[in-house]
Amino acid sequence: MVAADDRVSARTRIVLADVVRRESDSEHPRTELAEQTRVGAALVRGLVRAQLSLALRLWLVVAVGLGGLPWLFAIAPSVSRVTVLGVHLPWVLLGVLPFPFLVLVGWAYVRLAERNEQDFTDLIQRPER
Amino acid sequence: MGNGYVASAIVAVTLITVGIGFYGLRLARTTSDFLVASRAVSPTWNAAAIGGEYLSAASFLGVAGLILKHGVDVLWYPVGFAAGYLALLLFVAAPLRRSGAFTLPDFCELRLGSRRLRTLATAFVIFIGWLYLVPQLQGAGLTMATLTGSPYPLGALLVAAVVTANVALGGMRAITFVQAFQYWLKLTALAIPAIFLVLQWQADARPAVTPPEGPTFRTATTVVVEHPATLALPDGQLRQVRPGDELTFAAGQPVPDVAGVATDPADWLLPGTEADDQGLFTTYSLILATFLGTMGLPHVLARFYTNPDGAAARRTTLVVLALVGAFYLLPTVYGALGRIYTPHLLLTGETDAVVLLLPGAALGTGTTGRLLAALVAAGAFAAFLSTSSGLLTSVAGVISTDVLGRGSVRGFRLATVLAGSVPTVFALNVSGLEVSQVVGLAFAVAASSFCPLLVLGIWWRGLTARGAAVGVLVGGGAAAGAVLVTVLGPPLAGWPAALLAQPAAWTVPLAFTVMVAVSTATRRSVPTDVGATMLRLHTPEALRP
Repeated sequence: MVAADDRVSARTRIVLADVVRRESDSEHPRTELAEQTRVGAALVRGLVRAQLSLALRLWLVVAVGLGGLPWLFAIAPSVSRVTVLGVHLPWVLLGVLPFPFLVLVGWAYVRLAERNEQDFTDLIQRPER
Repeated sequence: MGNGYVASAIVAVTLITVGIGFYGLRLARTTSDFLVASRAVSPTWNAAAIGGEYLSAASFLGVAGLILKHGVDVLWYPVGFAAGYLALLLFVAAPLRRSGAFTLPDFCELRLGSRRLRTLATAFVIFIGWLYLVPQLQGAGLTMATLTGSPYPLGALLVAAVVTANVALGGMRAITFVQAFQYWLKLTALAIPAIFLVLQWQADARPAVTPPEGPTFRTATTVVVEHPATLALPDGQLRQVRPGDELTFAAGQPVPDVAGVATDPADWLLPGTEADDQGLFTTYSLILATFLGTMGLPHVLARFYTNPDGAAARRTTLVVLALVGAFYLLPTVYGALGRIYTPHLLLTGETDAVVLLLPGAALGTGTTGRLLAALVAAGAFAAFLSTSSGLLTSVAGVISTDVLGRGSVRGFRLATVLAGSVPTVFALNVSGLEVSQVVGLAFAVAASSFCPLLVLGIWWRGLTARGAAVGVLVGGGAAAGAVLVTVLGPPLAGWPAALLAQPAAWTVPLAFTVMVAVSTATRRSVPTDVGATMLRLHTPEALRP
């Protein structure tokens, strides 16, 4: 997960940096952002795309991790009969484990989303060349 | 019951709620304090307040009752109620806070610049808010009637009066403190009795939750029937019972089968094994409604405006997810132990009362049992008070700004009285609706209206005001219509029943599709300032010019 995110944010940074170099060698990106120039808009688009793809990827993790369970119970009823410490597996998989799992995914999202924003801020607040 | 502690506990919770409300009143001076607590509430307080507001009667009483009745399949309710906060965190929390909107209609106008769409959103906020308030007030009336034998209208009127006065006088600042207190009260009120119940179960040599012969009465029990039902007695006889009938059972006698209740141990213990498509459809539809409905509930969204910035909104949501998740570990304990200690609830159909009655049934009528019964009663009352307060604050907020058209403190107070009296009148006159049905309707309607509006509004530049309005009307309207037919219409069976009782699996995709299609067709009317709006929604506050 972390490796994948590094790759994406690195790619975003390169693309945006190219745009900045090509179209405006003199302007400071922060002004571009405020004045809604083409470069500023491209910078924001990049950030929105990075944040959305992060959210969708983590949503996919939950969709597979939790959404797969009803299907699993339906196609493999024998799974339901396994017991863990005297408790049937579906009760553990639905009554206990989803909650720490959701918090873990949420925690990862907060960290990675803040890193995306930090990358964006670093890009905007680069010292003048 | 004859438990004097219960009445004292309910009075104490009410007094503490009002007391903290008045403490907050001293701090609330301006309109901004009233509506969004000056946006200076710390993430921990705010998270506890959001949790306190969210955990309603349906969570505190309903989930355990459903588990007692239906078993493992309904564990999706607590999972979905918690996962709704993850969806909120991933797609909505930070951008919504950065939008700077006070209410959902504000967001519509900021993002799409349409007064008409704003009016439509206002109507939906008021509709969903009132829909959710009625069962809270009904639950309060029924709880008071069950525990203290008071007449039904008393509990409903008491909660309505306390909440309306508190919101009108203290506004949201006060409510933040009240809600935070009530989260911890609700958690304590389920956790401490749960510890005693598990210890008692150990002391009783761990009776099986699902004995092979089905649930049995542990003690001699007399049951007074409340709803007409057909019982299958152990000797194979069928017996019709009517309200008022008294049935007496000896200790060790099995509980008769009731139509529509999972008394067969395997049904209760294991997920629906018959690989039928309808069962799977219903499960997935329920998952979709709860996962996506949370972000569309008006009282949940209103809380996000009290965070200082987008990053804080994200962290607050994460803490809420942890707090709510911790709470939802507990109802399962009550549902399972209810099979052993309160099997007569399966017979009377009053499974929602399991949380209230289990401590007394398992621990006896000694001081411990009575004190713990009083504690859960206090928790239940905290649930009614806190959820109603949050709903009333957000409904009153949109009424004061969008219907009355004034932003003054006096206008907010007037709106609160107006917003509180309509659902009270309904709750006093309509007692036939089931709590879980109405709550399910609210989630399905929210998931099919505000969820696509928020998600597309935040992430897609191409959304237009017309597309959003048509999508909300078609999706939200279809969901509302489907559940209204289920509740009020003729009994259905097979696929039509499944499609209408759990509509989210088709109404949510419908709303998204209509919104995207109509927006694409009207793409000329995409707001010209969409770039500036996206900049505001997604960039950190520190970079603002």
